[in-house]
Amino acid sequence: MVVPVVAADTALRRDGDTSAGGRSASLSWRRIRAWRGIVLGLTGIFFLLPLYAALRFALENNLGHLTLAAFSAIPHTTGFIPAFLLSVRLAAVTMAITMALIVPTTIYVHVKYPKLLVAFDAITFLPVGIPPIVLIIGVLQSAPFVLKSTPYLLALEYVILAMPFAYRSLDAGLRAIELKTLVDASRSLGGSWLATLWRVIVPNLRSAFLSAMILTLALVFGEFTMASLDLYTTLPVWVVNTDSITAHVSVAVSFLSLALTWVLLLALSSVDRRRFARRALIVEGT
Amino acid sequence: MTEMLRVSMSTHRADVTPGTPDRSVRQGASVELLDLHRHFGATRALDGMSLVIEPGELVSLLGPSGCGKTTALRVLAGFDVPDSGKVLVDGRDIGRVPSQDRDMGMVFQSYSLFPNMDARDNVAFGLRMRGVKKGERRRRAAELLEMVGLIKEARKYPHQLSGGQQQRVALARALAIEPRVLLLDEPLSALDAKVRVQLREQIRALQTRLQTTTVFVTHDQEEALSISDRVCVMRSGRIEQVDVPSLLYARPATPFVAEFVGTMNRIPARATSSGVVVLGRQVPVRGSFRVALGSTVDVLVRPEELTISAVGVGTGVVMGKTFFGAVTRLAVLLDGAVTVQVDKSTADAASIDPGAAVELGVLATEVMVAEPEGERWTR
Repeated sequence: MVVPVVAADTALRRDGDTSAGGRSASLSWRRIRAWRGIVLGLTGIFFLLPLYAALRFALENNLGHLTLAAFSAIPHTTGFIPAFLLSVRLAAVTMAITMALIVPTTIYVHVKYPKLLVAFDAITFLPVGIPPIVLIIGVLQSAPFVLKSTPYLLALEYVILAMPFAYRSLDAGLRAIELKTLVDASRSLGGSWLATLWRVIVPNLRSAFLSAMILTLALVFGEFTMASLDLYTTLPVWVVNTDSITAHVSVAVSFLSLALTWVLLLALSSVDRRRFARRALIVEGT
Repeated sequence: MTEMLRVSMSTHRADVTPGTPDRSVRQGASVELLDLHRHFGATRALDGMSLVIEPGELVSLLGPSGCGKTTALRVLAGFDVPDSGKVLVDGRDIGRVPSQDRDMGMVFQSYSLFPNMDARDNVAFGLRMRGVKKGERRRRAAELLEMVGLIKEARKYPHQLSGGQQQRVALARALAIEPRVLLLDEPLSALDAKVRVQLREQIRALQTRLQTTTVFVTHDQEEALSISDRVCVMRSGRIEQVDVPSLLYARPATPFVAEFVGTMNRIPARATSSGVVVLGRQVPVRGSFRVALGSTVDVLVRPEELTISAVGVGTGVVMGKTFFGAVTRLAVLLDGAVTVQVDKSTADAASIDPGAAVELGVLATEVMVAEPEGERWTR
């Protein structure tokens, strides 16, 4: 958005437009740019200031000296490793179940019953409005007995919580491709439903998958209420519990958790971008 | 009207001259569409459509939007199920055969190439689904790409190809499986005019060479008339006429076909006991119509069936001229605010300028009476 503004501004000056209208337009552009800068700056401060404060707090010791002690103490702090591993396991299971349930369902509705998409859209929003305790009771009532005394019960709850985000990512991906035509083309060429799904649809939804998985991962690594109510010490629960004992370490973990999500997001998107770039290079070489 | 369409096809990639029928191809199956009905709510997409296409024939389904031509194609492809009626291939009812088992190649209006595959893999996809080994399917994909002139683009992805190239790859992909019937669903609609003409000629040459029975859906009459063996004109889910292009133009079976195919003038005339009087001349009427003697009707006359001559005081005034090369089309305003188009050789039209008073005459030996606007005559 900035480029055209600069270009227009430069063009005005290059043309040597010194008329009253020209000066007025130039002044107007400068004002717009200034406002943009102010809004961007305030937004940046809003998001970055707490992060800076957290990082500063984690890096300072009680004497006000900068040190990495809080970060280096993380692995040795009681309960961290089990909590971290539990969150990792829950994230993996949640992502697997979410993908297995949401992907075929979303594709099926898009292909076979596109008129139901509005209703489907509304249904997937329900977890956002339903209180966690109601979801927990619902899952407890319907979950298989063998899961009821295991932390994997949480994974089922997380699947419901992740549904609005995962569905929207996939829905956006499916709307971006000519799904019906691609399915018809594959079917007319002899492709079974499974082959069509695996070889035609899924490869064209890679970005949507990545987005859905990252959102699910971020949710699992940030969810506190359900885990706390279910009495399982996941990473967020551990962070809250540890905060009263070693606040510096607790904040360091929170910061790292956020940074990890960001790094993953960047890594996955850059891998995706590199894949397309490599494909283009292969074509250039032929 | 009940007509039947017999379709058969066969494909082969023997190295023969494009456009020359390849005699070594296997003769394909016949296809019959019998009394097909398909309703979408209150809309009748197909209303008793029946048709037979001859083996190796290219038949176009032509009609305005919503006439049912794409629905008919989708029923034939197995993407849609008729409410009633049958689709026979080689005399066998394929109503319950799923689309992936029908052996019908299809090219769609929107570019339907798989974005995650390059041109070669797109063409080889159908072969892969049939379990053809990698080396063989790559060889055959290369042959097909060579045939459509895109072998150099084999490793390019769809987003790196132009619209015309994408449709040629889609055509190669549809032909790679040696389909029993080739279905083309407005494949040229999204292309610019020049590419459209080139590609339709290429489709016709390949179809003639491979003797693949082809059903071509289009709303563009020029496309249909230029490449089809026969054209099936549809309206409101029913077939109005199936005929070779020249007869469709010269001997339309209904006023709708007459007006839909080619340019047609509506000229007021007076009904008489032996026909109509149009532009001062008594002309017989083709087909039947019922109106009171002496009443005014519109008759259908093509631009080339009118004569025009410049006079001092005439019944019409030339409003404009459109140059079409050897022919020039003159727009003439008649009494009653009726504008008609008259085709003259460009040499003859040179002496008639806009604003000139002219006298029109009718060359046609018979005319059709037009349906009143917004009405439909039952036949």
